[in-house]
Amino acid sequence: MARRRHPSPIRIVAALCACLGLGTAKAQETAPAATPLPMDEIADGVFVHRGHDETPSRANAGDIADIGFIVGGEAVAVIDSGGSPAVGRRLRAAIRQRTDLPIRYLINTHVHFDHLFGNGAFVDDAPELVAHARLQGALMARADAYLASFKDTVGSEAASKVLMLPTDMPVSDRLEIDLGGRVLELTAHETAHTNNDLTVFDRRTATLFAGDLVSIDHIPILDGSVLGWLDVLDRLEEVPAERVVPGHGPVAGQWPEAMVAQRRYLEDLVTQIRTVQRARGTIQQAVEEVGRRHAERWVLFDEYHRRNVTAAFAELEWE
Amino acid sequence: MRHLGWRVAFPASLVVVLFAVAAAVSPVATAQTAEDEGRWAELAEIYFPDQTIVDRPDLLTMEAPYRAHDAAIVPIRVTATFPQSEELSVERLWLLVDDNPVPMVGKFEFGDDITAVDLTTRVRVNEYTYIHAVAELSDGSSIMTRSYVKAAGGCSAPAMKDPEVAASRLGSMRFNLPETIVAQTPVNAQLLISHPNNTGMQFDQISRNYVPPHYVRTVRVSYGGQRVLDIEADISMSEDPSFHFSFLPEGEGVIEVEVLDSEENIFSGSWTVKPAPAT
Repeated sequence: MARRRHPSPIRIVAALCACLGLGTAKAQETAPAATPLPMDEIADGVFVHRGHDETPSRANAGDIADIGFIVGGEAVAVIDSGGSPAVGRRLRAAIRQRTDLPIRYLINTHVHFDHLFGNGAFVDDAPELVAHARLQGALMARADAYLASFKDTVGSEAASKVLMLPTDMPVSDRLEIDLGGRVLELTAHETAHTNNDLTVFDRRTATLFAGDLVSIDHIPILDGSVLGWLDVLDRLEEVPAERVVPGHGPVAGQWPEAMVAQRRYLEDLVTQIRTVQRARGTIQQAVEEVGRRHAERWVLFDEYHRRNVTAAFAELEWE
Repeated sequence: MRHLGWRVAFPASLVVVLFAVAAAVSPVATAQTAEDEGRWAELAEIYFPDQTIVDRPDLLTMEAPYRAHDAAIVPIRVTATFPQSEELSVERLWLLVDDNPVPMVGKFEFGDDITAVDLTTRVRVNEYTYIHAVAELSDGSSIMTRSYVKAAGGCSAPAMKDPEVAASRLGSMRFNLPETIVAQTPVNAQLLISHPNNTGMQFDQISRNYVPPHYVRTVRVSYGGQRVLDIEADISMSEDPSFHFSFLPEGEGVIEVEVLDSEENIFSGSWTVKPAPAT
């Protein structure tokens, strides 16, 4: 599949793995049969696994993001593979419980490892890896840090099985893929949650897979541009979705009402940080003062809020 | 060998340092360990040979977050608790992130006229690490202080969030002053320089190769032609480097800034400072 078209990234990944002391063996070769992940069929042929609202750990094996798959007339598309090789294998087992159709597309909604460290589980299916055109560069820039962090939180053995795959079908604007009588509309966004966010809209059921552009109950995490994110939310608001699968949190039926809390949070960050900056305040001050009224609203607020303030502060300094 | 990606594009001179450091890297440490001590001993040997550095947290203080919130942007403040005078002053301040592949953040030299050393900058923090500040004093002695910083959690990485934006405003600068400035009273100012301060880890999808490191090498800040602050920077400094520092405005004058980067680009900026007369 990808290897012939994009030889050098594979070599780089392989070299990286080798030098990191990581195995490059295919995940399936060594692993026992995986227990299928529990899935909800939220609409006809649309399956979602709800990740734990936690930080990555040995106990949750990186199963902290919402991931899923869509079954068409001829093929299956996976939308995010989960936060570890084990989660990827379990997702694959869940797919194979339900259909023998080929897994033709593996879509990554963005670069964060809780959404794509399961990619390696699908290598034998030879799917086309579909992602935002900027994902691969972002992944290479983060590979080392992600593996180090993953080793510390999920474990070295799991880390030794991680495969980072090159993108086969980079999306820089829009792309439609056909699963056989079922068309998925993919949209690559300007920098928002990250600089490589991709959303997937299933026309048949009006289901939007929003990746981490939408967070429900679980605090949104800023790794791109807070102003850009608010712009993208304006666009997502226009999507005629009947249900939305967020990157984290429960599937939402009311759209766009489901993202009101997230918008308020991001808008407060912007407004309050600007106030601190006008008074020549520092990042340290902003981290202590900004957005505290949202503390009760979000799961994992203490883990990620200060980071959001820090990142937004550095961005807004250049307004 | 965990830092291959960083190392690929490094100048050879830095690789020596890297190997020395990588040898002692530990994945997780929650308290000061023999390994931490060993690593610092190695760094001291490399950067401060033949110097005795005394731990003096009473003279040199550091404010750092207990945990890095964003691995790419960790604010660090270093203050000298004694007034700068002809008898005793800080001539040179060094900042190092012990466990980073290239630990050096920068070397800061202050002008003769400053009355207080109060410096804040932002650094990258890859993993659990000590951060050291070392000050060389005018009496020939060297002192240090340090803080322990836990690595950022989740998907935080010391990488650029939006390389395209960073490239588009390369070399732009901001100089922020308090609203009220009074002559003969120290002022805390902020200098911001837009620069990717690229570690060499970024992967270019078009050329299918690593982008070479591209970082700020030197920053010179003067006021009325007199040196305020000279910085020799390195890649443990954050992208879009930021410096809060204090200087003493005598009367109306011009702050001039000149930045040189690793590709020999020169960026400059100047701002007129109009302090109110001292009362």
